[in-house]
Amino acid sequence: MAEKVLEIRDLHVTFDTPSGPLEAVRGIDLDVSSGELLGVVGESGSGKSVTFLATMGLLPARARVTGSVMLSGQQLIGASAKQLRSVRGRLLSMIFQDPLSALNPVHRIGDQIGEMLRSHQNLSTHEAAKRAIELLDIVGIPQPSDRARQYPHEFSGGMRQRVVIAIAIANNPKVLIADEPTTALDVTVQAQILEVIERVQERFGTAVVLITHDLGVIARVADRVNVMYAGRNVEQGTIDSLFDHPSHPYTRGLLASLPRPGKQRLKPITGFPPNMLNPPSGCAFHTRCEYAGDICKGELPNLVSFGDLETACVRARELPKSESFA
Amino acid sequence: MLRYVLRRLAWSIPTLLIVTFLVYLALRIGTDPVASYKRVNPRATRAKVAEYIDVNGLDPNFVQGYFKWLRNFITGEWPRSIKGRREVWPALKDAMANTLRLGTAATVVGIFFGLIAGVFAALRPGGKRDVFINTSAFVGISVPPFISAIMFQLLFAVYWQKWFGESLFPTSGVYPAGHTGFDLFLMLKFMVLPTLVVAIQIIATYSRYMRSSLLDVLNSDYMRTARSKGISERRVLVKHGMRNALIPVVTIAALDVGSIVGGLIITENIFSYPGMGLYFLKSFGEGDFPLLMPWMVVIVASVLFFNLIADISYAWLDPRIRLE
Repeated sequence: MAEKVLEIRDLHVTFDTPSGPLEAVRGIDLDVSSGELLGVVGESGSGKSVTFLATMGLLPARARVTGSVMLSGQQLIGASAKQLRSVRGRLLSMIFQDPLSALNPVHRIGDQIGEMLRSHQNLSTHEAAKRAIELLDIVGIPQPSDRARQYPHEFSGGMRQRVVIAIAIANNPKVLIADEPTTALDVTVQAQILEVIERVQERFGTAVVLITHDLGVIARVADRVNVMYAGRNVEQGTIDSLFDHPSHPYTRGLLASLPRPGKQRLKPITGFPPNMLNPPSGCAFHTRCEYAGDICKGELPNLVSFGDLETACVRARELPKSESFA
Repeated sequence: MLRYVLRRLAWSIPTLLIVTFLVYLALRIGTDPVASYKRVNPRATRAKVAEYIDVNGLDPNFVQGYFKWLRNFITGEWPRSIKGRREVWPALKDAMANTLRLGTAATVVGIFFGLIAGVFAALRPGGKRDVFINTSAFVGISVPPFISAIMFQLLFAVYWQKWFGESLFPTSGVYPAGHTGFDLFLMLKFMVLPTLVVAIQIIATYSRYMRSSLLDVLNSDYMRTARSKGISERRVLVKHGMRNALIPVVTIAALDVGSIVGGLIITENIFSYPGMGLYFLKSFGEGDFPLLMPWMVVIVASVLFFNLIADISYAWLDPRIRLE
């Protein structure tokens, strides 16, 4: 198995809100191996973005983060601001959801890429500008030397997301975190952006974490999947086994709610995501789970190997076999 | 850009004409300049009155009269004031110079400290510093200049004299009575209190502008992108934060400066400071049409000019704005 570049252990993130502490991430364990594309799926509020913002050290100061995040042997939780700065953008970089607002409107594209280069490499302004143009070319922007002199408002949404990717890969990071990179884009543009990400991953051997709520996107590009619910991992495994025989009822629900050819009606998961100010006891999904029993309200289930998947469901073995969604 | 500026300058001419015509109408309907002249000069002969009407363009027909006034104004044949037949331009020039000095000093001091206060408040919203700055700004905006001016006069002149034998700062005028020539130090001493009164208002207003503008920017996505690059926090704040936060503030500042030329009527009156505000109060009180019209032209021109400055600076700071 490939070397693990990012290891997250028992990560907790709590925000102090006026209505009390809100634990958005409640003990996440997660590994990313070099060169792989890990999909992280979950609905809004499941803690997927917060997990990786905490990894980047980009959460506001009022967020309390505990646990361990090791990046190539370096502990990031509790690291000094200076250490974090030297990691951010160099070993670990991030693509954000909305390309329309992720770029600074008053600086030229070339400068915004060059700034990333010069912050971690000892490059002259001229060299950085040249490299910025190469990067624009890599992410598939035509006429890169002209485009580098333009401002973000002169780019379309898809082109801006390419620029954001160019910034993120400027220093050839070990791990690239893509936080819903296609959510704000048209379907046709989505496919192009995913291609760019895949191309970068293959060309530079970058490990990619693709955060999304779109299982279709995951099915297309991911090697492994991690399903999150209410700040916990509920299931993880390879893309094939997860789509072929999902064990966790939440994963099954997600897959069953996807539109597929030949299927007349979509089957939604009933109910709503839990209020994280006051999460349900035990398995947070028991309030919406068709298989829930009294045992589910007791303890927080941990990930347990179940076939070739790891599933956090105490009743996983008793459940009827799922249909295949492969 | 140059073409835009030239076109805007060209457009300001019809604007000036229309506004001065409206002002001319307002003054003629509202004050009856001929009656004011007769009141001030009760023994003026018929011929004198007719001459006054002629040079000021006070014909019964407003349109004809306006163009007569305009011709005299442009050719530099400005009628003299109704009281004492003083020339208008020297008085107007002094008033402009005094107001520009006071206005510039107060604006520079006010905006400088206002922006600093706003930045400090925005960096830790809800913190002690923020609460202190917000509360002070609230007090600063709420206390009208005629209250703060009198308080300062009491404190630094009246009570200071009582406690220490002599007053710290003078309370009226530009120089002591009878002074001639230029004396920078003396002039600055006379400017301290009026500048303070005006600057407090500006500090209070601009700290709020800056605070809210910077808070907006600090919460934006591109600030997160900037932080994710691993550059220093200082660089994040200055290069990515301040540059964006200043765009709206600079625009408002340019517009504000334009209106300051109109005189700080209340402050100048309390400090007997001979600027545009006091000039207006005196000439309006006497219905002095020859003094009032050029004053109006200056005010309108300065508002137009600083509007243009605001637009240019906006386009200069924000690449999304194109001037065409």
